[in-house]
Amino acid sequence: MSQDYAEAGQLDSRLPPIFERYRYEARYLVQILREVQDALGHLPAAALSAVARALCLPRARVEGVAGFYSFFHLTPVGRYRVLFSDNITDRMLGSGELIDRLCNKLWVERGKVSEDRLVSVDTTSCTGMCDQGPALLVNGRPLTRMSAERIDRISELIRKQAPLSDWPREYFLIEDNIRRYDELLGRQWPNGEALKAAVARGREAMLAEMKLSNLRGRGGAGFTTHIKWESARRAPCAGEAPARYVVCNADEGEPGTFKDRVLLSSYADLLFDGISIAGFTIGATLGLVYLRGEYAYLLPALNENLARRRRDGLLGTRVLGEDDFNFDIEIHLGVGAYVCGEETALLESLEGKRGVPRIRPPFPATEGYLGQPTVVNNVETLCKAALIAVNGGAWFAGLGTKQSTGTKLLSISGDVETPGIYEYPFGVSVAQVLNDCGAGNAQAVQVSGPSGTCLAMHEFSRRIAFEDVPTAGAFMVFGEHRDMFEVARNFAHFFAHESCGFCTPCRVGTSLVANCMDKIASGQGSQHDINEIFKIHRLLHAASHCGLGQSACNPLFDTLNKFRPAYERRLRSLAFKPAFDLDQALASARQMTGRDDPAAHFGLAAGLPGVEA
Amino acid sequence: MSTQHILLDGLPVSFTDGQTIMQAAMAADIFIPHLCHHPEFKPQGSCKLCTVKANGRYVSACTMPARDGMEVENNSPDLNDKRRTMLQMLFVEGNHFCPSCEKSGRCMLQALAYELEMLTPHFPQFYPDRAVDASHPEVLLDFNRCILCELCVRASRDVDGKNVFALSGRGISKHLIVNAESGRLADTDFSLADKAAHVCPVGVILRKRRGFAVPIGSRRYDVQPIGMQVERLARRTTTEEV
Ligand SMILES: Cc1cc2nc3c(=O)[nH]c(=O)nc-3n(C[C@H](O)[C@H](O)[C@H](O)COP(=O)(O)O)c2cc1C
Ligand code: SF4
Ligand code: SF4
Ligand code: FES
Ligand code: FES
Repeated sequence: MSQDYAEAGQLDSRLPPIFERYRYEARYLVQILREVQDALGHLPAAALSAVARALCLPRARVEGVAGFYSFFHLTPVGRYRVLFSDNITDRMLGSGELIDRLCNKLWVERGKVSEDRLVSVDTTSCTGMCDQGPALLVNGRPLTRMSAERIDRISELIRKQAPLSDWPREYFLIEDNIRRYDELLGRQWPNGEALKAAVARGREAMLAEMKLSNLRGRGGAGFTTHIKWESARRAPCAGEAPARYVVCNADEGEPGTFKDRVLLSSYADLLFDGISIAGFTIGATLGLVYLRGEYAYLLPALNENLARRRRDGLLGTRVLGEDDFNFDIEIHLGVGAYVCGEETALLESLEGKRGVPRIRPPFPATEGYLGQPTVVNNVETLCKAALIAVNGGAWFAGLGTKQSTGTKLLSISGDVETPGIYEYPFGVSVAQVLNDCGAGNAQAVQVSGPSGTCLAMHEFSRRIAFEDVPTAGAFMVFGEHRDMFEVARNFAHFFAHESCGFCTPCRVGTSLVANCMDKIASGQGSQHDINEIFKIHRLLHAASHCGLGQSACNPLFDTLNKFRPAYERRLRSLAFKPAFDLDQALASARQMTGRDDPAAHFGLAAGLPGVEA
Repeated sequence: MSTQHILLDGLPVSFTDGQTIMQAAMAADIFIPHLCHHPEFKPQGSCKLCTVKANGRYVSACTMPARDGMEVENNSPDLNDKRRTMLQMLFVEGNHFCPSCEKSGRCMLQALAYELEMLTPHFPQFYPDRAVDASHPEVLLDFNRCILCELCVRASRDVDGKNVFALSGRGISKHLIVNAESGRLADTDFSLADKAAHVCPVGVILRKRRGFAVPIGSRRYDVQPIGMQVERLARRTTTEEV
C-alpha cells in the first residue's frame, strides 16, 4: 500500500515472485503490471524498468502500456483512492453533491492527492452499478447506494485510516436486482449440465443446433454466432504454437450496462459451461475471460468456481472423459479502458499490449489471440449457447422474433421505480418495458448506452430487436424533468476520456466536441457550435478506426435532432462566439500581480464605454 | 494477375495480389493524401488522411486491400473536406508555428495543408505543454510538432532493431516517449545513423547544428506541390530523408 516499497531493495524481493507466477511471459504484461502495482501502490519508474528487464521487453513498451490504462498510476497515489462512478445515472442520483461533500470533509481538491498522501477523490467511467447508485470505488472495491450520511461516515473512516475490512459491510453490498425472469434467469443451471448435453450431441451436431437457433451476439454488433464458430473451427492454426481460443468478453464498459455482472455473479456455472461448449465445438484448448477491472471483486468466487470445475472433471485434460477434449479457462483483468471491450483491442490487451483496435480484416475468427483462430463472444451470448446445448436450436428459434431469436437481458436504470435486470423475449416494445419498470414520466430512453440510440416519446412503440432498436442491454430512462443536454454532455466527456487516441478523428474530435459542449453549457455557445458538432459527427462516423469513434457523436446527434430546445435555450443569439475569452485569459496575470482594478480587465469587465455583452 | 483493376475516380488502375488501394494508386502516379503511410513500413492506418470511399464505404486506402472491380472515390469535395478537417485537428492538437520551424517547406503536414487548401486551423487550439528534448548530442526532439504517425516507432523497431520510440498515454493525452528511465533521448542508444532519425514527416526529429540550409523558394514543397511528387513519395528508401 505504501510508496516506500518502491525503494530499490523492495523491487528485488517483491517482484520476482510475480514474474514467476506468469512464467516471465510478455503476453501477461498487463496482469503483471496490475500485481506489481498492488504490491507497490503505484508503478514507479524503477519498477517499469525492472519489469522490462525481466520480460525482455523494451522499457518504452512497458511504459507505453502502463500509460494507457486508467487504473495504472505512474505517480504516487493516496492510501485511499476514491473514484466516483460518473455515469449520468449516478449524477441523476446526486453523485455531484456527494463528491463535493467528500472533498470538503477531507480538505482535498478533486483529482488531486491530499498533501499527506492519505486520500484522493476523483471520478471514473460508469462502474456498472447504475441500478444501485450513486456508486464509487475505494481502492478498486465497489461501494453502492451512497448518501450524504454514508459519505460523512466514509470521510471519518478515511481520516481514522480504518482498513476497508472494518468499513460497514452493507456499503459493499451488491444486489442482482433481477426483476423479470424468462428462459435464462428463470431456473438454476447446475454445473456441467449444459456441457454434458453438448458433448453428448457431438461437435457437428452442436454446430448444427447453433445454426438452427440463429443466435446473434449480445455484445452489441449482433453478428450471427454460429458463423463465427464455424470459421474459427475451419481456420487453420499457424506458427510455433498452433491452437484455437475462446475469449469471453466480460469487459461490460458501456455506461448503463450491468447484466453481465449479474450473470458473472449468479450464473457463472452456466457461463463457464457456455465457454467450454464453444471450446469443445471449435476445438479450442483455452478459454480466456476478460473481466473488467471494476468487477475484480468477483475474481475470488470465479476462480473458486474454476477450481471446482477442475476437480469435477469439467476442465483440464480429458474433460468429461472425452479423449480429444482438453480445455481450461483463465481470467484476465482489465485496468480501466472502455475501448478494450472492442474485440480486437481486447485481444491486444490480452496479449499484454496497449488496448488499440487492430486493422480488420483479418478478423479474430481467423487471426485472433496470438494470431490463432479465436472466437470472441459476449458473456450473455455464451450463456445462450449453453441454453441451446440443453434445449436445442429449434426451441431457441421459437423465442423472440424471426430475425432476433431468443431472449435479451436489459439493464434498466434512471428514472424508474424498479431498476435492475429484466429478461424479455426479443420484440418487446419500449412502452411495455417502461410500463413494467415503473417509468411514469419518461421523456427519453437511451437504448444500448451512449453509443446506442436515444428514443423520444413518439418512438416508444418501437421494439427491442436487431431489426428495429438493437441493443447490447443498456436501457437508461430519463424523466420529463431531466435536461437532455446534460445527458449528452456527460456522454461526450465519456467518449473523450475513453478514446484510445489511435486515429486522428476520434482522438481530437471527441475532445473538441466535449469542449464544445462545455462552451455551450457555460452560456458561451452559438449556432456555429451546433454546426461544428454536426460536422465532427459526420467526420467521426465516416473516418474513425473503430466503433467507439464511429458512434461517439450519436448521442449528440440524437439529442440535437429530438431535444433541440435543450440546446437552444443556452445559446447566444450571435452566429459565432469564440471559445477564447480575453478577459478570462488575463485572470492568471491578475492573480500574479494581485490586481483586480478595471484597467486589469478587458471588455465588459473593464467597464469601457461602448462595449456590450 | 496484372489484369485486375480498381476504378479510381473512374480511371482503371491495375494492381497485383496483396496490394492496397494506396499502393496501387501510387504505382499509377495518383496521389492519395497520407501521413502515416510510408512505402517501407507495415501499414498503420491511424492518421486517416487517406480515407477514400470504396464501393460506397469509407475505408483507409493504406490498409484496404484492392479488389478487382472495386470502385474507389478519392479526389472528391466530400473526401477532401474531411481530410482538411483532420489536418486542422492535427494542427490544433500540437503547437505548429511553421515560420520558425526548421522543417518548413519540407514538412508533409504543411504541404498537405497547402495541397488541400487549408486556410486556417479553424478549431480552438489545445496548446499542449510538451517539453523539448535537447539532451542528445546530434539530434533535437521537438515534441510540439508530433502528429503521432508512429513512423519513428516503426523505423526504430522494424529497421534499426532498437525500439527507441513508443507511445504512451491515451486519447488526447497520447504522446511519444523514448526508451529510457530518465525519459531523455541521450540515455537511449539512438544515433543519427538510425533510420528512425530520418523518417519524421514533420519537424520533431531534427538534426542539430544544421538548419534552414535551403532558401525559401527552393525547398522541397516550394518547388512542386506534394500532390505532384507521388513518384518520389513512392520510392522513399532507408537512406533518403523524408
Ligand atoms: C468501443 C466498443 C466497446 C465494446 N464493448 C463491449 C463490451 O464491453 N462487451 C461486449 O461483449 N462487447 C463489446 N463490444 C463489441 C465487441 O467488439 C464484439 O462485437 C463482441 O464482443 C462480440 O461478441 P458477441 O458476438 O457475442 O456479441 C464493444 C465494441 C466497441 C466498438
Ligand atoms: S475510433 Fe477512437 S477508440 Fe477507435 S481506434 Fe480510433 S481513436 Fe481509438
Ligand atoms: S516524432 Fe515524427 S515520426 Fe515520430 S510519431 Fe511523431 S510525427 Fe511521427
Ligand atoms: S496514410 Fe492511411 S491512415 Fe495514415
Ligand atoms: S512546418 Fe513544422 S511541423 Fe510542419
